[in-house]
Amino acid sequence: MRPFFIPQPISAILSKLPQYPHSLIFSRAINLALGAKRLDPVWQPLHGKQVSVRVRDAGVTFHFTFDQNGLVARQASAAEPDLSISASAQDFLLLALRKEDPDTLFFSRRLVMEGDTELGLLVKNTLDSMELPPLDFSNLLPAQVFGKLRMRLLA
Amino acid sequence: MQPETKKFELVCPAGSLPALKTAVDNGADCVYMGFRDDTNARNFTGLNFDLANAKEGVRYAHAKGRKTLLALNTYPQTSGWQRWTSAIDNAAELGMDAVILADPGLMQYAAKTHPGLRLHLSVQGSATNYEAINFYHEHFGIQRAVVPRVLALAQVEQLMSKTQVEIELFGFGGLCVMVEGRCALSSYATGDSPNTCGVCSPPKAVRWQETPQGLESRLNGILIDRYGKDENTGYPTLCKGRFDVAGETYYAIEEPTSLNTLELLPELMRMGVAAIKIEGRQRSPAYVAQVTKVWREAIDACRRNREQFAVKPAWMNELGKVSEGQQQTLGAYYRPWK
Repeated sequence: MRPFFIPQPISAILSKLPQYPHSLIFSRAINLALGAKRLDPVWQPLHGKQVSVRVRDAGVTFHFTFDQNGLVARQASAAEPDLSISASAQDFLLLALRKEDPDTLFFSRRLVMEGDTELGLLVKNTLDSMELPPLDFSNLLPAQVFGKLRMRLLA
Repeated sequence: MQPETKKFELVCPAGSLPALKTAVDNGADCVYMGFRDDTNARNFTGLNFDLANAKEGVRYAHAKGRKTLLALNTYPQTSGWQRWTSAIDNAAELGMDAVILADPGLMQYAAKTHPGLRLHLSVQGSATNYEAINFYHEHFGIQRAVVPRVLALAQVEQLMSKTQVEIELFGFGGLCVMVEGRCALSSYATGDSPNTCGVCSPPKAVRWQETPQGLESRLNGILIDRYGKDENTGYPTLCKGRFDVAGETYYAIEEPTSLNTLELLPELMRMGVAAIKIEGRQRSPAYVAQVTKVWREAIDACRRNREQFAVKPAWMNELGKVSEGQQQTLGAYYRPWK
């Protein structure tokens, strides 16, 4: 994958926007991706915990918690989250595609995890152990999306 | 003297079913794994195999002609004895190709209850001489020993000349203080030891925090390290911390680093080493894929032409990327003194 980063002017704008709608979309998207696996009792230790995921170069932070139905978006609060994870958009993508190992990124400071380490490991190990149909996030890359749009428009 | 072995097995780690399949698909001859409890030394939340996953893992590996090994490498305590013996029963039932044991009591149980089950002596058994290895062979019939990483190659070779037990060496992965099976450092900080609870740093005791002075890692409140802005981090274990010793702050026990013995491959093959082990059951499938692929290629290249074997820079790059501390060493294998 060619390296990419989100340009600073865009992240400056994104960071000024209210974060709740992002969190809502993010939570729905992850629930969708997890499917029935989001109901697995293995997630139970995360119920009621405050989790934040920050995409550093995008200036966006997703705030959510878990209940028995999966992820639930929440408003940002002043309190420290129980678990916070941050990385660049590209590194999150590499992790989602299983192209990079989280420990590798962690050793080189590209992935930062603060708070309850046990919760962090639970998330990492549970996602690793899932035999998800390979999520082909490359379908979501701008070129692909525009390509599909164009085909629809021309059809 | 052992005959030069033809097999030279590549033994790769799996902390999950996708990791196991990845290891098999990328050319591992054997995959080692653990159950989801303190019967193995990578007892982390969400990691490892329940019975259903283990069964599917064994099926997958066997269908492709590869082996599965079960790590039962912690020391059972009286209160939990049955958990360890059931793990052995389950391993036999699942058709594991071997169990990797450290505790002599368990070896006796396995040898008596499941005489057909192949036993490997874990590195946690801490057997650094042929007398210890032969003892385990005579009494419990162990067929392979994983040798601790403190020995120089000359010592390994000397040991091999005095035993019929197959020898497996560590080839790649995070290094520890290498008093395997005897380390109680984390008990000092947390009350849990790797030998009995299966973890060097219990995650519940670990905290990472960005502070104005840098990124701090703490184990049960004890400051393990504080990393400057661009410094690479390591695992938050006591042995890899930087401490203030007589007014000077440094790695007082050891520096985080990875063992990498690629360049020793021709020598290891010549010696007749039976297998080479890759560390990292706690790592993700991505790591397993990257490391297994490189080692498969290197072993095949070395087998084709041992004299002409040269380590490719691309292999070293790939392995360097995933290393803890992002630096590599030949460890004790290549020291001239004994």
